Amino acid sequence: MSSTFFTASPEWRWAIVVYFFLGGLAGGSYFLATVLDMFGKDRRLVRFGYLVAFPLVCVSGLLLTLDLKRPERFWHMMIESHTWHPMLKTYSPMSSGAWALLAFGGFAFLSCIAVLGERGWLRWRAVRWLSPPTMVGWLIRVIGTLLGLYVAGYTGVLLSVTNRPIWADTTLLGVIFLISAASTSAALLIVFGSWAGVSGDSVHALERFDRRVLVLELVLIVAMIASLGRVAMVWLNGWGVGLALMLVGGIALPIVLQSRPPAGSVIGPVLVLVGGFVFRALIVFYSGRL
Amino acid sequence: MPEPMGFYTDTTVCIGCKACEVACKEWNQLPATNGGRNTMSGDSYDNTRRLDGIHWRHVKFIEQFSADRRDGRWLLMSDVCKHCVRAGCLEVCPTGAIIRTEFDTVVIQSDTCNGCRDCIGACPFGVIGINPASGTAEKCTLCYDRLQAGLEPACAKACPTESINFGPIADLKKMAQARLGQLHRAGESRAHLYGADERMLGGLNSFYLLVDKPEVYGLPPDPKIPSRNLKPSALWSMLGAVAIALTSVVSFRNRGGRDV
Repeated sequence: MSSTFFTASPEWRWAIVVYFFLGGLAGGSYFLATVLDMFGKDRRLVRFGYLVAFPLVCVSGLLLTLDLKRPERFWHMMIESHTWHPMLKTYSPMSSGAWALLAFGGFAFLSCIAVLGERGWLRWRAVRWLSPPTMVGWLIRVIGTLLGLYVAGYTGVLLSVTNRPIWADTTLLGVIFLISAASTSAALLIVFGSWAGVSGDSVHALERFDRRVLVLELVLIVAMIASLGRVAMVWLNGWGVGLALMLVGGIALPIVLQSRPPAGSVIGPVLVLVGGFVFRALIVFYSGRL
Repeated sequence: MPEPMGFYTDTTVCIGCKACEVACKEWNQLPATNGGRNTMSGDSYDNTRRLDGIHWRHVKFIEQFSADRRDGRWLLMSDVCKHCVRAGCLEVCPTGAIIRTEFDTVVIQSDTCNGCRDCIGACPFGVIGINPASGTAEKCTLCYDRLQAGLEPACAKACPTESINFGPIADLKKMAQARLGQLHRAGESRAHLYGADERMLGGLNSFYLLVDKPEVYGLPPDPKIPSRNLKPSALWSMLGAVAIALTSVVSFRNRGGRDV
C-alpha cells in the first residue's frame, strides 16, 4: 500500500475546487487574449480575455480567503506576522502561488484598465501606455501572461507537493491543470464569441486550439492514471465512473463536436467548461475520501 | 545550544492506560470534545481513534486475534508527532507558522497559523488537524514550554511503564538499541526500530520500537517528504506551458488574412 494512505485530508472543499477552476480560467483567458492580440485576431475576443481575467482573480482571492479557518489572517501568506518581513517560500507552492496570484491580479488589473481605455470608457492619458505597441504595454502583457500560466498550473503542483493519495502519487497534476485551464479558457472565449457574434477566423482558430489541447489533456489524464501504478485501482468504483464520464463527455465528445460544429453551436465548449470543473472536483474530493 | 531532544517509545511495554493522553490534554488545555461533539468509536476501547488538532497523543489499540479468538495479542502504541528532521509540514507552511525549535523539535505557532491546512495534507503521518477552539492547525509541541523550563513533556512524565522515554536523541538511540538487542536475544525476532536512523525523513525525533510491520500500527512503511514532487511537477508544468504556446502559434497563425 502506498504510504500516502496513512495521511490525513486537509478537507479542502468547494471553495478550493471553484478557485482551481476560476484561477485556471483567469490565467488561461489572459494568455489567450495575448496570443489572439499578437496574431491580430478579433479585438472583441482580445478585450474579453483581458476583461474577464481581473474579476476572476478577485473572486479567486476571495474564495481562498474564505476557505481559511482564520480568514482575518489572510495577510500572513504575504507578511511574517512576528517580524513583518515578506513571507515567501519558493519551495512551497502555496506560498509562491499566493504571491503569483497577487502579482497576476496587479497585471490583470492594468490590462483591464487598458481595455477600458481602448473602449473609451476611461479617458486618462496614462492608460494609453498600458497597451502595446508601447514597451510598457508589451511588458505588462508578457509578464501578465507568464504569471497567468503560473496561476493556472501551480494549483496542480500544490496538490502533488503533499502526501495525499492520488495527489502525491503522480507528478502530472500541475501540467494537467495547466492544459485544462487552456482548454476551458478557449471554450469560454468560444462561448463569448458565439454570443457576441464574432465569426470567421478568430473563432475557428480558437476551436482548432481547443481541439488540440483537449487531445493533449486526454493523453495526459490517461498518463496520470497510468503513473499512479497500483494506486490507480482506487478508481475502480463510482468515482472512476465519474472520471470516465468526464473524459468522454468533457473531452472526447467536445473534440468530435468541435471538429464539425454546426454554426454557432456552443454545446462542445460548454461541455469542456463543465468537464474542467468536474475534473477538479473529482481530484480534490476523491483524495479527501481516501 | 541544547541537544536535539525527542521521544523513544517502546511499544512492548505500553499497557494502554492512556495516562499520556490525559496528561497531554491537561497540560496543553486541549478540548475534551470536538467542537461540542463527543463521539465514541463503538467497536474498541480506543475512542480517540486518531491524532488531530485536539488529540496530540493517541494510544492505538491493535487487536490481533485468530478467527476463533483462541490465539491473539494486543499491540498498544502511544502515537505522537514524529518531529521529523526533514519535516514536510514545515516545508510547505506558507505563513512561517511552523518552526524548528532549539531542541530540534517542530512547533506550530498558533498565533501565526491562518488555517490553510496545507500542512495537514503534507504530513506523512497524518498527525496534524484543526483545533476548533483556535481555528488553527495544531499538533504535539513536545511540550515546548516545559522544555524551556527544564521539564520533561507531560506525556513522558505521566507514563507509568516507561514506554515513553524522553531525552537527548543520541541517548535515546543507545537505549533503544540495547532494548532491541534484549528482545532479539529473548527470541522476539520481529522487533525493530522505526524512524531511528536517518534514512527515514532524515530521522524521526520521535521513534518507535515495534514488533510488527509499520502498517499494522497505522504507520506508513515508506514516508516521504512532499517536496520530492516539486521539481518533476514544475518541470512537467513548464513543458506544458511550452506545448500550449506552440499549439497556440500553430492554431492562430494566419490562414488567409487577418480578422477585423
